[in-house]
Amino acid sequence: MLITNLEIVPNIRIIKHIGLVQGSSVRSKHVGRDIMAGLKNIFGGELQGYTELLHESRKEATERLVKQAESIGANAVLNVRYSTSSIAAGAAEIFVYGTAVQVEPINDSTLPSAE
Amino acid sequence: MTQFVIFIVFLGCGFIFGQMAEKKHYKSIIEREQQTNHLPVIASKFPPESGSYHQQLIAGSVVVASDYFKSFTAGLINIFGGHVTPYESLLDRGRREAILRMKHEAQQINADYVFNIKLETTRIATGRLGAIEVLAYGTALIPHQNASEQQDAQQNALQA
Repeated sequence: MLITNLEIVPNIRIIKHIGLVQGSSVRSKHVGRDIMAGLKNIFGGELQGYTELLHESRKEATERLVKQAESIGANAVLNVRYSTSSIAAGAAEIFVYGTAVQVEPINDSTLPSAE
Repeated sequence: MTQFVIFIVFLGCGFIFGQMAEKKHYKSIIEREQQTNHLPVIASKFPPESGSYHQQLIAGSVVVASDYFKSFTAGLINIFGGHVTPYESLLDRGRREAILRMKHEAQQINADYVFNIKLETTRIATGRLGAIEVLAYGTALIPHQNASEQQDAQQNALQA
């Protein structure tokens, strides 16, 4: 599955446009982490717990996007965009969307292997 | 009285540790920026026509928190208006760190360029907590030669 945020991919021809696919994930950390984050707010610095949390949910959202794209027979998702919003204290929603298409290589050696 | 003392202690802690953390962070950012300078990050949608590349979406993100002193001074500036410099440096640090993490990922997969970089900033906490998340993402272009070399190396490792 090719996932890219470009619209044009060299050496690849789009043969079928399938439509918009999306994936989202809402996650939160346990209270302990929130309290630690509150303490960190006095001293400043990186909130590693939250960085990790958002990284995990981004991965999950992308997995869901890929799953949806696969289920409708796409082999590439182009023009992928991420968006994050905080929906409550300590919880964030990650949303990822893109255009699912079917592509074929112009000369067969250049198609990224389906991993 | 106790509340006032706590307030002063928080303010002092925020000032001392916050400034220390910021200086340290800037030092490491500048150092790593020089190390990764050779990898171009381009905000263009159009990849080079020549050469055959393998594409991969990469991202880097960071959550940075403001300190008590920053929040307090920002509150004061808010009364009179003007540049909220404490937050400006916080956002600058966050963005540069996110781009550096993205570049680090690009280096690990032997990318030549990173195209169509997008930056996104969100305030992730509500209430008194002032923290922002910065996400940088883009498409890494990996030359095919490298990819096949990697495959060869993997096959060799399997055979050994």
